[in-house]
Amino acid sequence: MSRIKNCFDKLKTRNRKALIPYVTAGDSDPTVTVPLMHAMVNAGADIIELGVPFSDPMADGPVIQRAAERALEHHVSLRDVLTMVTEFRQQDSHTPVVLMGYLNPVEVMGYTVFAEAAAQAGVDGVLTVDLPPEEAETLVATLRSQQLDPIFLLAPTSDDERIKLICEAASGYVYYVAIKGVTGAGNLDVQAVADKLEQIRKHTDLPVGVGFGIKDAESAAAVAAVADAVVVGSALVQKVEQAAGQHDRINAEIAGLLMQMRAGI
Amino acid sequence: MRRVLLTQRKNEHAVPLRFQHRILDGLRRKVSNVSQLKNKDDKLIGQVPDNRGHFGIYGGKFVAETLMVPLQELQDAYDKYLDDPDFIAELDADLQNYVGRPSPLYLAEGWTRHLGGAQIYLKREDLNHTGAHKVNNTIGQALLAKRLGKTRIIAETGAGQHGVATATVAARLGLKCVIYMGAVDIARQAINVYRMKLLGAEVVSVESGSKTLKDALNEAMRDWVSNIDNTFYIIGTVAGPHPYPAMVRDFQAIIGREARQQIQQQAGRFPDALIACVGGGSNAIGLFYPFLDDKDVAIYGVEAAGDGLDSGRHAAPLCAGRPGVLHGNRTYLMEDDDGQIIETHSVSAGLDYPGVGPEHAWLKDIGRAEYVAIDDDEALQAFHDLTRIEGIIPALESSHALAYATKLAPTMDKEQIIIVNLSGRGDKDIHTVAALEGIEV
Repeated sequence: MSRIKNCFDKLKTRNRKALIPYVTAGDSDPTVTVPLMHAMVNAGADIIELGVPFSDPMADGPVIQRAAERALEHHVSLRDVLTMVTEFRQQDSHTPVVLMGYLNPVEVMGYTVFAEAAAQAGVDGVLTVDLPPEEAETLVATLRSQQLDPIFLLAPTSDDERIKLICEAASGYVYYVAIKGVTGAGNLDVQAVADKLEQIRKHTDLPVGVGFGIKDAESAAAVAAVADAVVVGSALVQKVEQAAGQHDRINAEIAGLLMQMRAGI
Repeated sequence: MRRVLLTQRKNEHAVPLRFQHRILDGLRRKVSNVSQLKNKDDKLIGQVPDNRGHFGIYGGKFVAETLMVPLQELQDAYDKYLDDPDFIAELDADLQNYVGRPSPLYLAEGWTRHLGGAQIYLKREDLNHTGAHKVNNTIGQALLAKRLGKTRIIAETGAGQHGVATATVAARLGLKCVIYMGAVDIARQAINVYRMKLLGAEVVSVESGSKTLKDALNEAMRDWVSNIDNTFYIIGTVAGPHPYPAMVRDFQAIIGREARQQIQQQAGRFPDALIACVGGGSNAIGLFYPFLDDKDVAIYGVEAAGDGLDSGRHAAPLCAGRPGVLHGNRTYLMEDDDGQIIETHSVSAGLDYPGVGPEHAWLKDIGRAEYVAIDDDEALQAFHDLTRIEGIIPALESSHALAYATKLAPTMDKEQIIIVNLSGRGDKDIHTVAALEGIEV
């Protein structure tokens, strides 16, 4: 059984919702990431989404763009990110890790080479933001052959036909983007999210995570009331930016926010 | 427009063997790699893209989920209005009366004598309203935006030509207009920035990444995803997610359709070669597309070699890059070994882009077009030569195509014909050229 499925099954028996923090790998420098991943698990993270830095993050707002730029100043590559996951796995064999990024670094490495290396490193799921299921057939098959879960985005604009298509391609969980916009933008409308989740659940039994626009314990709690998982990214990355270079402060501030959110959901 | 393309006449003119060999060899060499091309007699026009936007392995729709439905709506609207006589009539009237089409095809006799080889005809896109080919596309997309009831137009721009062409049509249709432009480009294209502001557009300086055209495109995409309900994104080149590469090509193909008729009227025959500069590649595909099935016409796309292909400081993904995925499509890119997009360099801001339209990638792979590169110095020489010999100041982008003509023409016979796409006028580049020569204007 996949680590992700296992994680959601366990949470379900305890009637808990998943807390999924996102940080960009290598931000603010490459030595930050692995200790931060452990700190997030200790603060209540159930699954970790690890951002793979890309030079042209088209779907991201300014906060995560700057995180990618900081990581790329240190030339953090997809291979480096896999090395970080390998290192994380030396002490944590149960927390699922999902890589979130853009397709081009995976294309350049090659689908098969990437999938084998990711499985070897202990990655559990892969979310390529700019790869809709229409273009994903080959990558999905390659990921599945290595027991990796392909994670896909759903959006407010996705109609029934697309929701069906996406849920058929996905495993592990699906990620509902709560606002029409980029990461870190706007305020979400919880009622609209609840309505959309109802529509999505007509098509799938997969857990549904909700992200984009979750900033604090209050918004996390509101979303957790309707979703299976709460994804928080920009609010955390902003804390990395504010404490850039100070490792202990980064860990403490992010753990602090996650604990507040954990308590609320 | 499709109807016109489908009824093109057969090329009646015999072309020297040396060109035929080159084209046939190219097709034989590449054809086995491309599933769509079953034999060399297959028609190329109308063959790509498929209904998912694929040009062979290139093109497609590589965007975040939020944009997938809006892109489908755009494609549905485009398909509908392309068959709508009222839409086509309005487009044709605007192109004639507002843009000033058809643009002339001009035999550059002085420059032909100077080069001492093939006759050189210039397709005068520089004489369009706003001074470049860009307006052919913005007129078409703005009419679509109006039909779709969108009230706000956004666009990215590099040199500023597409931004000006977009601001122009937005002003005319009374639509709000926001132009994204890299901070580096804003600094080197101050006149175009002011033109856009005069036209009522808001120009947003993009400070992320390399602060050039690719980052402006990222930012425009972010705006679009945040405002899809009221906003129409006018992409300025034959790149981006489907249906943009096909739609922009179809709007620009008027260049080649006119040239194909004009050369027969003026010279009584078809050209032996076409030359156009390629950044994203919209002026080039506009000239090339109607000639694709005239297999005796050799096709050359000219990329920017910047400081030289060996220097690494260039903008020539077809000549020196490799396939990858950026800005919604799979195509040739300038990227490093980790798949990060690298900064490009060219003296011309309009060619300073790390990708290229997917149809060019496909034409390269099947061998129908040949892609070459011209460096900054060669382009500047052509800029000066055309200005002094013909009294025409070309854009630095177009100067790359002209510079390749200076290499190709002397290898050809005097009876042979080259058409060069003079995609824009050079007024916008006067400050750049003067600065390179240490002159303050």
